[in-house]
Amino acid sequence: MYRARLFASRHARAYEVIYNATSPVILSTLRVINKITKGKLDRPITWSEKIIKGFLFDCQMCGNCVLSSTGMACPMNCPKTLRNGPCGGVRENGNCEVKPEMKCVWVEAWSGSAKMKDNLAIQEIQFAVNHSHRGSSAWIRLAKENKQIT
Amino acid sequence: MTIPEINNQSYTYRPGELLPELEGHISRGRFERVLRNGDFAVTAELAPPDSTDRNEVFEQAALFDGFVDAINATDGSGANCHMSSVVVCALLSYIGYSPIMQISCRDKNRIAIQGDLLGAGALSICNVLALTGDDVSVGDHPEAKRVFDLDSISLITLINKIRDEGSFLSGRKITNPPQMFVGTSINPFVPPVESRILQLEKKINAGADFIQTQYCFDMPMLKDFMSKTVDKGLTEKAFFLPGVGTLASVKTARWIKNNVPGVHIPDSIFKRLEGADDQKKEGQKICAELMQQVKEIEGVSGVHIMAYKQEECVAQMVKDSGVLGDRKPWAPKDEY
Repeated sequence: MYRARLFASRHARAYEVIYNATSPVILSTLRVINKITKGKLDRPITWSEKIIKGFLFDCQMCGNCVLSSTGMACPMNCPKTLRNGPCGGVRENGNCEVKPEMKCVWVEAWSGSAKMKDNLAIQEIQFAVNHSHRGSSAWIRLAKENKQIT
Repeated sequence: MTIPEINNQSYTYRPGELLPELEGHISRGRFERVLRNGDFAVTAELAPPDSTDRNEVFEQAALFDGFVDAINATDGSGANCHMSSVVVCALLSYIGYSPIMQISCRDKNRIAIQGDLLGAGALSICNVLALTGDDVSVGDHPEAKRVFDLDSISLITLINKIRDEGSFLSGRKITNPPQMFVGTSINPFVPPVESRILQLEKKINAGADFIQTQYCFDMPMLKDFMSKTVDKGLTEKAFFLPGVGTLASVKTARWIKNNVPGVHIPDSIFKRLEGADDQKKEGQKICAELMQQVKEIEGVSGVHIMAYKQEECVAQMVKDSGVLGDRKPWAPKDEY
Protein backbone atom coordinates (compact mmCIF):
# COMPACT_ATOMS: atom_id res chain seq x y z
CA MET A 1 0.00 0.00 0.00
CA TYR A 2 1.47 3.27 -1.17
CA ARG A 3 0.15 5.34 1.74
CA ALA A 4 1.28 2.88 4.41
CA ARG A 5 4.69 2.82 2.75
CA LEU A 6 5.03 6.63 2.82
CA PHE A 7 3.90 6.53 6.47
CA ALA A 8 6.69 4.04 7.26
CA SER A 9 9.51 6.20 5.91
CA ARG A 10 7.98 9.30 7.50
CA HIS A 11 7.95 7.52 10.86
CA ALA A 12 11.16 5.62 10.29
CA ARG A 13 12.46 6.30 13.80
CA ALA A 14 9.37 4.74 15.47
CA TYR A 15 9.53 1.79 13.06
CA GLU A 16 13.19 1.37 13.90
CA VAL A 17 12.40 1.17 17.63
CA ILE A 18 9.62 -1.37 17.03
CA TYR A 19 11.82 -3.34 14.63
CA ASN A 20 14.75 -3.50 17.01
CA ALA A 21 12.47 -4.61 19.83
CA THR A 22 10.51 -7.22 17.91
CA SER A 23 13.04 -8.71 15.51
CA PRO A 24 14.96 -10.79 18.11
CA VAL A 25 11.61 -12.12 19.38
CA ILE A 26 10.39 -12.97 15.86
CA LEU A 27 13.66 -14.65 14.98
CA SER A 28 13.95 -16.76 18.12
CA THR A 29 10.31 -17.80 17.79
CA LEU A 30 10.97 -18.81 14.19
CA ARG A 31 14.05 -20.74 15.27
CA VAL A 32 11.98 -22.70 17.82
CA ILE A 33 9.19 -23.32 15.29
CA ASN A 34 11.73 -24.45 12.74
CA LYS A 35 13.31 -26.86 15.22
CA ILE A 36 9.96 -28.41 16.14
CA THR A 37 8.27 -28.50 12.73
CA LYS A 38 11.43 -29.01 10.64
CA GLY A 39 10.35 -26.44 8.06
CA LYS A 40 6.78 -27.68 7.67
CA LEU A 41 5.41 -24.24 8.49
CA ASP A 42 7.67 -22.39 6.05
CA ARG A 43 4.84 -21.73 3.62
CA PRO A 44 2.39 -20.14 6.06
CA ILE A 45 5.25 -18.12 7.61
CA THR A 46 6.31 -16.86 4.19
CA TRP A 47 2.68 -16.09 3.45
CA SER A 48 2.29 -14.04 6.67
CA GLU A 49 5.54 -12.18 5.99
CA LYS A 50 4.19 -11.32 2.57
CA ILE A 51 0.90 -10.03 4.02
CA ILE A 52 2.46 -8.03 6.88
CA LYS A 53 5.40 -6.52 5.00
CA GLY A 54 3.29 -6.15 1.90
CA PHE A 55 0.82 -3.97 3.78
CA LEU A 56 3.41 -1.97 5.74
CA PHE A 57 6.13 -1.45 3.11
CA ASP A 58 4.76 -2.64 -0.26
CA CYS A 59 7.23 -5.50 0.18
CA GLN A 60 7.98 -7.29 -3.10
CA MET A 61 9.36 -10.44 -1.41
CA CYS A 62 12.81 -10.17 -2.94
CA GLY A 63 14.08 -12.31 -0.05
CA ASN A 64 17.04 -9.93 0.49
CA CYS A 65 15.43 -7.51 2.95
CA VAL A 66 17.39 -4.30 3.65
CA LEU A 67 14.55 -2.14 5.01
CA SER A 68 16.38 -0.90 8.10
CA SER A 69 19.32 0.22 5.94
CA THR A 70 17.09 2.13 3.55
CA GLY A 71 15.13 4.38 5.87
CA MET A 72 12.25 1.87 5.99
CA ALA A 73 11.57 2.44 2.26
CA CYS A 74 11.62 -0.80 0.26
CA PRO A 75 14.05 -0.26 -2.67
CA MET A 76 12.31 -2.96 -4.70
CA ASN A 77 9.51 -0.45 -5.32
CA CYS A 78 11.94 1.57 -7.42
CA PRO A 79 11.08 0.72 -11.07
CA LYS A 80 14.79 0.11 -11.63
CA THR A 81 15.05 -1.81 -8.32
CA LEU A 82 18.10 0.26 -7.36
CA ARG A 83 19.59 -0.80 -4.02
CA ASN A 84 22.20 1.90 -3.44
CA GLY A 85 20.56 5.25 -4.01
CA PRO A 86 18.57 7.03 -6.68
CA CYS A 87 19.29 7.22 -10.39
CA GLY A 88 20.00 10.56 -12.04
CA GLY A 89 16.44 10.95 -13.23
CA VAL A 90 14.69 12.13 -10.06
CA ARG A 91 12.23 14.91 -10.98
CA GLU A 92 12.51 18.41 -9.57
CA ASN A 93 9.55 17.70 -7.25
CA GLY A 94 11.31 14.60 -5.92
CA ASN A 95 9.13 12.19 -7.85
CA CYS A 96 10.11 9.18 -9.93
CA GLU A 97 11.30 9.47 -13.52
CA VAL A 98 9.37 6.38 -14.58
CA LYS A 99 6.23 6.84 -12.46
CA PRO A 100 5.72 10.61 -12.24
CA GLU A 101 2.89 10.25 -9.70
CA MET A 102 5.10 8.32 -7.24
CA LYS A 103 7.62 9.81 -4.81
CA CYS A 104 11.14 8.55 -5.62
CA VAL A 105 11.78 5.59 -3.33
CA TRP A 106 15.25 6.92 -2.60
CA VAL A 107 14.01 10.40 -1.73
CA GLU A 108 11.80 8.61 0.84
CA ALA A 109 14.71 6.42 1.91
CA TRP A 110 17.10 9.32 2.53
CA SER A 111 14.55 11.25 4.55
CA GLY A 112 13.57 8.14 6.51
CA SER A 113 17.17 7.28 7.20
CA ALA A 114 17.92 10.80 8.46
CA LYS A 115 15.30 10.28 11.17
CA MET A 116 16.73 6.98 12.31
CA LYS A 117 19.27 6.41 15.04
CA ASP A 118 21.35 4.23 12.77
CA ASN A 119 21.45 6.80 10.00
CA LEU A 120 24.74 5.58 8.56
CA ALA A 121 23.42 2.19 7.47
CA ILE A 122 22.20 3.74 4.21
CA GLN A 123 25.83 4.42 3.26
CA GLU A 124 26.73 0.73 3.30
CA ILE A 125 27.12 -0.74 -0.16
CA GLN A 126 24.42 -3.30 -0.90
CA PHE A 127 25.52 -5.66 -3.59
CA ALA A 128 22.90 -6.70 -6.14
CA VAL A 129 19.97 -8.87 -5.10
CA ASN A 130 20.41 -12.62 -5.00
CA HIS A 131 17.54 -13.51 -7.29
CA SER A 132 17.51 -17.14 -6.18
CA HIS A 133 15.93 -15.91 -2.92
CA ARG A 134 13.04 -14.26 -4.73
CA GLY A 135 9.63 -15.09 -3.20
CA SER A 136 11.19 -16.71 -0.16
CA SER A 137 10.98 -15.49 3.41
CA ALA A 138 13.86 -13.30 4.53
CA TRP A 139 12.82 -13.99 8.14
CA ILE A 140 13.12 -17.78 7.82
CA ARG A 141 16.46 -17.47 6.04
CA LEU A 142 17.87 -15.21 8.75
CA ALA A 143 16.50 -17.46 11.48
CA LYS A 144 18.15 -20.48 9.88
CA GLU A 145 21.39 -18.62 9.34
CA ASN A 146 21.25 -17.38 12.94
CA LYS A 147 21.53 -13.75 11.89
CA GLN A 148 19.76 -10.57 12.90
CA ILE A 149 17.06 -8.98 10.78
CA THR A 150 18.69 -6.19 8.86
CA MET B 1 32.25 -15.82 -46.18
CA THR B 2 34.87 -13.16 -46.69
CA ILE B 3 35.54 -10.44 -44.19
CA PRO B 4 35.41 -7.07 -45.94
CA GLU B 5 38.59 -5.06 -45.98
CA ILE B 6 38.49 -1.79 -44.20
CA ASN B 7 38.36 0.83 -46.91
CA ASN B 8 39.19 4.01 -45.08
CA GLN B 9 42.59 4.94 -46.45
CA SER B 10 43.49 7.36 -43.69
CA TYR B 11 43.65 4.64 -41.03
CA THR B 12 45.55 1.45 -40.68
CA TYR B 13 43.48 -1.30 -39.15
CA ARG B 14 45.43 -2.82 -36.31
CA PRO B 15 44.61 -3.94 -32.81
CA GLY B 16 44.93 -1.21 -30.23
CA GLU B 17 48.10 -1.60 -28.28
CA LEU B 18 48.35 -1.20 -24.55
CA LEU B 19 50.83 1.26 -23.14
CA PRO B 20 53.58 -0.08 -20.88
CA GLU B 21 52.59 -0.63 -17.26
CA LEU B 22 53.25 2.28 -14.93
CA GLU B 23 53.48 2.19 -11.18
CA GLY B 24 50.40 3.57 -9.45
CA HIS B 25 48.35 3.27 -12.62
CA ILE B 26 45.36 0.97 -12.82
CA SER B 27 45.02 0.67 -16.57
CA ARG B 28 47.41 0.73 -19.46
CA GLY B 29 45.40 3.32 -21.35
CA ARG B 30 46.13 6.89 -22.35
CA PHE B 31 43.17 8.51 -20.62
CA GLU B 32 44.36 7.60 -17.12
CA ARG B 33 47.82 8.91 -17.97
CA VAL B 34 46.50 12.30 -19.00
CA LEU B 35 44.61 12.58 -15.71
CA ARG B 36 47.45 11.34 -13.50
CA ASN B 37 49.81 13.67 -15.29
CA GLY B 38 47.68 16.53 -13.97
CA ASP B 39 46.64 17.72 -17.43
CA PHE B 40 43.15 19.11 -17.91
CA ALA B 41 41.45 16.25 -19.77
CA VAL B 42 38.74 16.60 -22.38
CA THR B 43 36.34 13.75 -23.11
CA ALA B 44 33.50 13.75 -25.62
CA GLU B 45 30.52 11.60 -26.27
CA LEU B 46 30.18 9.73 -29.55
CA ALA B 47 26.71 8.75 -30.69
CA PRO B 48 26.91 5.13 -31.97
CA PRO B 49 25.37 4.94 -35.46
CA ASP B 50 22.16 3.24 -36.56
CA SER B 51 24.12 1.43 -39.20
CA THR B 52 26.60 -1.37 -39.80
CA ASP B 53 29.00 0.99 -41.54
CA ARG B 54 32.05 1.31 -39.30
CA ASN B 55 33.21 4.34 -41.25
CA GLU B 56 30.38 6.24 -39.61
CA VAL B 57 32.10 5.56 -36.28
CA PHE B 58 35.51 6.57 -37.64
CA GLU B 59 34.19 9.74 -39.26
CA GLN B 60 32.55 10.86 -36.04
CA ALA B 61 35.66 10.08 -33.99
CA ALA B 62 37.84 11.98 -36.46
CA LEU B 63 35.84 15.13 -35.70
CA PHE B 64 37.45 15.10 -32.24
CA ASP B 65 41.02 14.55 -33.44
CA GLY B 66 43.51 16.67 -31.57
CA PHE B 67 40.95 18.10 -29.15
CA VAL B 68 39.71 15.15 -27.15
CA ASP B 69 41.59 12.71 -24.90
CA ALA B 70 38.99 9.98 -24.62
CA ILE B 71 35.77 9.15 -26.40
CA ASN B 72 32.67 7.86 -24.62
CA ALA B 73 30.62 5.34 -26.55
CA THR B 74 27.09 5.45 -25.21
CA ASP B 75 25.23 2.24 -24.44
CA GLY B 76 21.72 2.57 -25.81
CA SER B 77 21.46 6.16 -24.61
CA GLY B 78 17.97 7.33 -23.81
CA ALA B 79 16.95 3.66 -24.04
CA ASN B 80 17.12 3.83 -27.84
CA CYS B 81 18.72 1.18 -30.03
CA HIS B 82 22.09 1.96 -31.60
CA MET B 83 25.30 0.08 -32.42
CA SER B 84 26.59 -1.60 -29.26
CA SER B 85 29.07 0.29 -27.10
CA VAL B 86 31.44 -2.71 -26.93
CA VAL B 87 31.77 -2.78 -30.69
CA VAL B 88 32.11 0.99 -31.09
CA CYS B 89 34.90 0.90 -28.49
CA ALA B 90 36.55 -2.04 -30.24
CA LEU B 91 36.59 -0.09 -33.51
CA LEU B 92 37.98 3.00 -31.79
CA SER B 93 40.56 1.00 -29.91
CA TYR B 94 41.80 -0.59 -33.15
CA ILE B 95 42.61 2.87 -34.49
CA GLY B 96 44.41 3.74 -31.30
CA TYR B 97 41.86 6.04 -29.67
CA SER B 98 41.20 5.84 -25.96
CA PRO B 99 37.55 4.81 -25.70
CA ILE B 100 35.39 4.87 -22.59
CA MET B 101 32.91 2.01 -22.77
CA GLN B 102 29.62 2.93 -21.18
CA ILE B 103 27.76 0.05 -19.56
CA SER B 104 24.14 0.54 -18.70
CA CYS B 105 22.53 -1.83 -16.19
CA ARG B 106 19.24 -1.62 -18.04
CA ASP B 107 19.91 -4.20 -20.76
CA LYS B 108 22.29 -6.83 -19.40
CA ASN B 109 22.52 -9.07 -16.38
CA ARG B 110 25.69 -9.90 -14.45
CA ILE B 111 26.56 -12.82 -16.74
CA ALA B 112 26.45 -10.71 -19.92
CA ILE B 113 28.30 -7.78 -18.32
CA GLN B 114 31.18 -9.92 -17.06
CA GLY B 115 31.51 -11.46 -20.51
CA ASP B 116 31.60 -8.01 -22.10
CA LEU B 117 34.28 -6.86 -19.67
CA LEU B 118 36.56 -9.73 -20.62
CA GLY B 119 35.91 -9.10 -24.30
CA ALA B 120 36.64 -5.41 -23.83
CA GLY B 121 39.90 -6.26 -22.11
CA ALA B 122 40.88 -8.46 -25.04
CA LEU B 123 40.32 -5.48 -27.35
CA SER B 124 42.54 -3.18 -25.26
CA ILE B 125 39.60 -1.15 -24.01
CA CYS B 126 40.89 0.34 -20.77
CA ASN B 127 38.06 2.55 -19.51
CA VAL B 128 34.50 1.78 -18.53
CA LEU B 129 31.72 3.99 -17.28
CA ALA B 130 29.22 2.27 -15.00
CA LEU B 131 25.72 3.65 -15.38
CA THR B 132 22.25 2.78 -14.18
CA GLY B 133 20.76 3.68 -17.55
CA ASP B 134 17.64 5.52 -18.63
CA ASP B 135 14.43 3.60 -18.18
CA VAL B 136 13.00 1.68 -21.14
CA SER B 137 9.86 3.82 -20.95
CA VAL B 138 11.71 6.91 -22.28
CA GLY B 139 13.15 5.16 -25.33
CA ASP B 140 11.91 3.81 -28.64
CA HIS B 141 11.17 0.33 -27.24
CA PRO B 142 8.99 1.05 -24.21
CA GLU B 143 7.64 -2.50 -24.39
CA ALA B 144 11.07 -4.01 -23.63
CA LYS B 145 11.86 -5.87 -20.41
CA ARG B 146 13.94 -3.94 -17.88
CA VAL B 147 16.91 -5.91 -16.63
CA PHE B 148 18.53 -3.85 -13.85
CA ASP B 149 20.07 -7.00 -12.38
CA LEU B 150 22.79 -4.71 -11.01
CA ASP B 151 22.74 -1.03 -10.14
CA SER B 152 25.64 1.30 -10.90
CA ILE B 153 27.25 0.80 -7.47
CA SER B 154 27.02 -3.00 -7.71
CA LEU B 155 28.51 -2.71 -11.19
CA ILE B 156 31.46 -0.65 -9.91
CA THR B 157 31.94 -3.25 -7.15
CA LEU B 158 31.85 -6.03 -9.75
CA ILE B 159 34.42 -4.41 -12.05
CA ASN B 160 36.74 -3.81 -9.10
CA LYS B 161 36.36 -7.41 -7.95
CA ILE B 162 37.20 -8.77 -11.39
CA ARG B 163 40.20 -6.46 -11.61
CA ASP B 164 41.59 -6.84 -8.11
CA GLU B 165 40.69 -10.42 -7.23
CA GLY B 166 41.01 -11.83 -10.74
CA SER B 167 37.80 -13.81 -10.49
CA PHE B 168 34.18 -13.74 -11.58
CA LEU B 169 31.49 -13.00 -9.00
CA SER B 170 31.14 -16.74 -8.58
CA GLY B 171 34.75 -16.92 -7.45
CA ARG B 172 35.88 -18.79 -10.58
CA LYS B 173 39.35 -17.62 -11.60
CA ILE B 174 40.06 -15.42 -14.61
CA THR B 175 43.56 -16.06 -15.96
CA ASN B 176 44.11 -12.57 -17.36
CA PRO B 177 41.63 -10.16 -15.73
CA PRO B 178 40.81 -6.84 -17.47
CA GLN B 179 42.60 -3.88 -15.89
CA MET B 180 39.81 -1.34 -16.19
CA PHE B 181 39.88 2.31 -15.17
CA VAL B 182 36.37 2.63 -13.76
CA GLY B 183 34.20 5.67 -14.01
CA THR B 184 30.66 6.49 -13.10
CA SER B 185 28.33 9.42 -13.32
CA ILE B 186 26.64 11.67 -10.83
CA ASN B 187 23.90 14.18 -11.32
CA PRO B 188 24.62 17.08 -8.91
CA PHE B 189 21.25 18.69 -9.60
CA VAL B 190 18.59 16.19 -8.61
CA PRO B 191 16.76 16.56 -5.32
CA PRO B 192 17.46 16.25 -2.46
CA VAL B 193 20.76 17.96 -3.30
CA GLU B 194 22.30 17.17 0.13
CA SER B 195 22.06 13.47 -0.55
CA ARG B 196 23.97 13.79 -3.82
CA ILE B 197 27.25 14.13 -1.96
CA LEU B 198 26.45 11.00 0.06
CA GLN B 199 25.59 9.17 -3.15
CA LEU B 200 28.86 10.30 -4.71
CA GLU B 201 30.80 9.20 -1.64
CA LYS B 202 29.16 5.79 -1.85
CA LYS B 203 30.14 5.46 -5.52
CA ILE B 204 33.74 6.41 -4.78
CA ASN B 205 33.86 4.00 -1.82
CA ALA B 206 32.63 1.29 -4.18
CA GLY B 207 35.76 1.95 -6.26
CA ALA B 208 35.03 4.60 -8.89
CA ASP B 209 38.26 6.13 -10.26
CA PHE B 210 36.71 8.94 -12.28
CA ILE B 211 33.38 10.76 -12.42
CA GLN B 212 31.66 12.25 -15.46
CA THR B 213 28.59 14.24 -14.51
CA GLN B 214 25.26 14.87 -16.15
CA TYR B 215 24.92 18.19 -18.09
CA CYS B 216 25.96 21.15 -15.92
CA PHE B 217 24.34 24.40 -17.00
CA ASP B 218 24.05 25.88 -13.52
CA MET B 219 27.58 26.89 -12.57
CA PRO B 220 26.83 28.27 -9.07
CA MET B 221 25.18 24.97 -8.18
CA LEU B 222 28.09 22.99 -9.60
CA LYS B 223 30.59 25.14 -7.69
CA ASP B 224 28.71 24.53 -4.48
CA PHE B 225 28.63 20.79 -5.18
CA MET B 226 32.34 20.70 -5.99
CA SER B 227 33.33 22.62 -2.88
CA LYS B 228 31.48 20.07 -0.74
CA THR B 229 33.23 17.32 -2.72
CA VAL B 230 36.62 18.89 -2.03
CA ASP B 231 35.76 19.32 1.67
CA LYS B 232 34.93 15.63 1.94
CA GLY B 233 38.29 14.74 0.39
CA LEU B 234 36.61 12.98 -2.51
CA THR B 235 38.64 14.77 -5.18
CA GLU B 236 41.70 13.03 -3.72
CA LYS B 237 40.16 9.66 -4.48
CA ALA B 238 38.65 10.22 -7.94
CA PHE B 239 39.03 12.48 -10.97
CA PHE B 240 36.12 14.81 -11.72
CA LEU B 241 34.99 15.72 -15.23
CA PRO B 242 31.81 17.81 -15.12
CA GLY B 243 29.63 17.40 -18.16
CA VAL B 244 28.81 20.28 -20.48
CA GLY B 245 26.59 20.41 -23.50
CA THR B 246 25.47 22.62 -26.29
CA LEU B 247 21.88 23.64 -26.90
CA ALA B 248 20.92 24.19 -30.54
CA SER B 249 17.96 26.48 -29.78
CA VAL B 250 15.52 27.57 -27.09
CA LYS B 251 13.16 24.92 -28.45
CA THR B 252 15.76 22.18 -27.92
CA ALA B 253 16.55 23.50 -24.45
CA ARG B 254 12.88 23.41 -23.53
CA TRP B 255 12.51 19.91 -24.96
CA ILE B 256 15.52 18.66 -22.99
CA LYS B 257 14.26 20.27 -19.80
CA ASN B 258 10.88 18.60 -20.19
CA ASN B 259 11.86 15.24 -21.64
CA VAL B 260 15.36 14.26 -20.58
CA PRO B 261 15.26 13.05 -16.98
CA GLY B 262 17.45 14.94 -14.53
CA VAL B 263 18.66 17.81 -16.72
CA HIS B 264 18.55 21.15 -14.97
CA ILE B 265 18.75 24.26 -17.17
CA PRO B 266 18.55 27.61 -15.36
CA ASP B 267 16.44 30.50 -16.69
CA SER B 268 19.54 32.59 -17.44
CA ILE B 269 20.50 30.15 -20.22
CA PHE B 270 17.02 30.38 -21.75
CA LYS B 271 17.22 34.18 -21.69
CA ARG B 272 20.59 34.19 -23.42
CA LEU B 273 19.38 31.85 -26.14
CA GLU B 274 16.17 33.81 -26.66
CA GLY B 275 18.03 37.08 -27.04
CA ALA B 276 20.51 35.74 -29.60
CA ASP B 277 20.26 36.23 -33.37
CA ASP B 278 21.88 32.88 -34.06
CA GLN B 279 20.74 30.57 -31.29
CA LYS B 280 22.92 27.66 -32.40
CA LYS B 281 26.07 29.83 -32.32
CA GLU B 282 25.04 31.23 -28.95
CA GLY B 283 24.55 27.69 -27.62
CA GLN B 284 28.10 26.83 -28.66
CA LYS B 285 29.43 30.04 -27.16
CA ILE B 286 27.70 29.20 -23.87
CA CYS B 287 29.23 25.71 -23.98
CA ALA B 288 32.77 27.08 -24.50
CA GLU B 289 32.24 29.52 -21.62
CA LEU B 290 30.98 26.70 -19.41
CA MET B 291 34.18 24.77 -20.15
CA GLN B 292 36.27 27.76 -19.08
CA GLN B 293 34.26 28.12 -15.88
CA VAL B 294 34.51 24.40 -15.16
CA LYS B 295 38.29 24.57 -15.48
CA GLU B 296 38.46 27.28 -12.82
CA ILE B 297 36.65 25.18 -10.22
CA GLU B 298 38.79 23.59 -7.53
CA GLY B 299 38.97 19.81 -7.65
CA VAL B 300 38.09 19.48 -11.33
CA SER B 301 40.37 17.36 -13.55
CA GLY B 302 38.71 17.82 -16.90
CA VAL B 303 35.52 18.33 -18.80
CA HIS B 304 33.12 15.95 -20.53
CA ILE B 305 31.35 17.23 -23.65
CA MET B 306 27.99 15.87 -24.70
CA ALA B 307 27.17 17.53 -28.02
CA TYR B 308 24.51 15.22 -29.38
CA LYS B 309 24.01 15.81 -33.12
CA GLN B 310 26.51 18.67 -32.95
CA GLU B 311 29.65 16.55 -32.75
CA GLU B 312 31.18 18.54 -35.61
CA CYS B 313 31.29 21.60 -33.35
CA VAL B 314 33.21 20.00 -30.47
CA ALA B 315 36.70 20.76 -31.77
CA GLN B 316 35.88 24.42 -32.40
CA MET B 317 34.30 24.82 -28.97
CA VAL B 318 37.31 23.29 -27.22
CA LYS B 319 39.57 25.57 -29.29
CA ASP B 320 37.50 28.66 -28.44
CA SER B 321 37.48 27.81 -24.75
CA GLY B 322 41.27 27.46 -24.64
CA VAL B 323 41.01 24.87 -21.85
CA LEU B 324 43.72 22.69 -23.38
CA GLY B 325 46.30 25.48 -23.38
CA ASP B 326 49.20 24.41 -25.59
CA ARG B 327 48.50 20.73 -25.20
CA LYS B 328 47.30 18.71 -28.18
CA PRO B 329 45.62 15.40 -27.34
CA TRP B 330 46.71 12.32 -29.25
CA ALA B 331 45.24 11.89 -32.71
CA PRO B 332 45.74 9.00 -35.16
CA LYS B 333 46.96 11.31 -37.93
CA ASP B 334 49.99 12.22 -35.83
CA GLU B 335 51.08 8.59 -35.87
CA TYR B 336 50.98 7.80 -39.54
